[in-house]
Amino acid sequence: MQLLLTAILLPPLLGAILAGIFGTIIGRVASHRVTVLGVLISFICSCIIFKNFILDHQSTQNIIAYTWGTSGAFQFNVGFLIDNLTATMLMVVTSVSLLVHVYSIGYMRGDAGYQRFFSYISLFTFAMLMLITANNFFQLFFGWEAVGLVSYLLIGFWFTREPANFGSLKAFIVNRVSDVGFILGIGGVITLFGTVDFLPVLAQAPKVAASLPTISLFAGTSWSIITVICILLFIGAMGKSAQMPLHIWLPESMEGPTPISALIHAATMVTAGVYMVARLSPLYELSASALTFILVIGATTALFTGILGVVQNDIKRVIAYSTLSQLGYMVAALGASAFAAGIFHLVTHAAFKALLFLAAGSVILALHHEQDMRKMGGLRRYLPLTYSCFLVGALALAAIPPFSGFYSKDAIIEAVHLSTIHGASYAYVALMIGVFVTALYIFRAFFMTFHGSCSANSASQDNIRENGWVIWLPLVILAIASITIGMIVKHADALQLALHAFTSLPFWLAIAGIVTAWFCYVIRPAIPAMLANKFSWLYYILIKKYGFDDFNQIVFVRGTRALAQLLYNYGDQRLIDDGLVNGSGRLIQWISATLKRLQTGYIYNYALAMIIGVLALVLWQMLIA
Amino acid sequence: MITLNSALIVTAILFSLSLIGLVLNRHNLIVLLMCVELMLLAVNTNFIIFSHFLNDLAGQVFVFFILAVAAAEAAIGLAILILIFRKQKTINVSELNTLKG
Repeated sequence: MQLLLTAILLPPLLGAILAGIFGTIIGRVASHRVTVLGVLISFICSCIIFKNFILDHQSTQNIIAYTWGTSGAFQFNVGFLIDNLTATMLMVVTSVSLLVHVYSIGYMRGDAGYQRFFSYISLFTFAMLMLITANNFFQLFFGWEAVGLVSYLLIGFWFTREPANFGSLKAFIVNRVSDVGFILGIGGVITLFGTVDFLPVLAQAPKVAASLPTISLFAGTSWSIITVICILLFIGAMGKSAQMPLHIWLPESMEGPTPISALIHAATMVTAGVYMVARLSPLYELSASALTFILVIGATTALFTGILGVVQNDIKRVIAYSTLSQLGYMVAALGASAFAAGIFHLVTHAAFKALLFLAAGSVILALHHEQDMRKMGGLRRYLPLTYSCFLVGALALAAIPPFSGFYSKDAIIEAVHLSTIHGASYAYVALMIGVFVTALYIFRAFFMTFHGSCSANSASQDNIRENGWVIWLPLVILAIASITIGMIVKHADALQLALHAFTSLPFWLAIAGIVTAWFCYVIRPAIPAMLANKFSWLYYILIKKYGFDDFNQIVFVRGTRALAQLLYNYGDQRLIDDGLVNGSGRLIQWISATLKRLQTGYIYNYALAMIIGVLALVLWQMLIA
Repeated sequence: MITLNSALIVTAILFSLSLIGLVLNRHNLIVLLMCVELMLLAVNTNFIIFSHFLNDLAGQVFVFFILAVAAAEAAIGLAILILIFRKQKTINVSELNTLKG
């Protein structure tokens, strides 16, 4: 087991080191070969673990590799916890990562930072694997921060572009904000349970919760500690999984290369928050307030970020908002205690969202890095394979049976419907409208990109053609996965569920969304502009993304700058530079100028001083006696 | 018979005179040196007085040592004085203020 884990974790790290440090020596081809090989080994070993745990129902394994350190009563181990959840996540991460590695060979061809790119994404794979195999909070946090770091590096991959730098900083800073919650949560766990390992914490949780421990955060109030810890940890998840109001960094992250958007900002890293809550589900089960909080946040994110996707014109941004919305669905599932449904949606989403991103990347590559959908159109004649893959992804996303997205989203909606905690009815309505919105925005993007007349000029039209096999092979594999995962997981009830869908509301809402998109963007393309004019105030709000960005820009960015300026003027310049540094010099100068006058150079003055000194000494001695 | 008190008063007057000379003298460096010597002699005399009244010869023996040292000191003082005069062309105390900070 330990050997297997080593074979999963280390090859990507090794690949990252080889491609990163020795990249210029071994060259471009060798760089992508070592990294792909590393992830391939990792993938094969993950398959073995997946078979052992999911198919052969092996029991949970908690392996302690070695003791990192002891401090008082605490012991910090490097250890691994392997169970069904980890096995599932291992499968998702390594398979998507492998496909994205292969895809990147084609997508990044000719880029100056080729080796750097492969080094980063291999490093990302390592960090993500550390995150999902961790058996304690500290190791989870290590992976958590490492994926955040690589995400920062990759969003700013094209560091000569201004928006890329802006986006990477934004992602980094927003994640630091949420990390405060996460760290405080870990602190709470240590104080309450005295350990950071998952298994003891989860085992003790019901007993501890039974004694109803409370904490007074503000004078006069008392909170259940379990609720406080759960919400603090969830704040950490809100940053990583981009839930409102900390979702603002994800659309900005689209400045990175498209394979990154697929791997990090759709399939794996952003689902870390969902994974974490699912991992700690026994803890969350003990706090109804925390679950309500999660449910409301998730449902709100699912609906409102989805609506934003309808007004975006950048194909990657549409899919980014879709990711936000789908993460909202997963989080809502967690809030409704349907942890399995949340993880199920995580898995199917990883497949179809990676597919959508990679298909979008294929379009972007074919159009020589054009991302504006208004300049696309009619591409189905030129890119038939990408067209059909994108269609599969869109159908899966819109939850049309029997595509995979249908089964997972159906499970979530059903769970929220059955949930009885506060806010469940609101969440149910929000998720229902969300289904319509999802179908609308993704098919809007689909019709704008692939249908209608071709807006690209005729000279470039001849150049549009499908990319090489490294691009289309991952697309096809992901498309097959997007179609089949749902049916495989629900193998017994798959047909029955799909047939049942035709009598349920979500299905018809999705169909309504698709029809609306078809009508507005294929039959009557004038309608959207007319609507935008008529409801210009609404359109303005949506274009402004509900003002989150502006609010942050004004309050936090400008506020921070003003505070910094204030501290610079008064704290740094006046107090430190002028007061402490120059001031001490000035003080010495003044003292010496004063003392200088005592030193007249006349012998008789010195003699007088000596005599006075002796007299004073004698006088003092006499007074003492 | 001379009492201890009167003898000590004489040396105290001698000491005070030399002290006043040391502080008030603004002109001649030689006077300054003489004052210092006089001070030393006043203290030396105290040794002798106490030695006499306490019947202990050690005090008078010490006086010889001190006189020898004082002679050496006077020689050094005069040598320095000559060097100062060669360099500054004056032994006026109020003009010798090169130690001024």
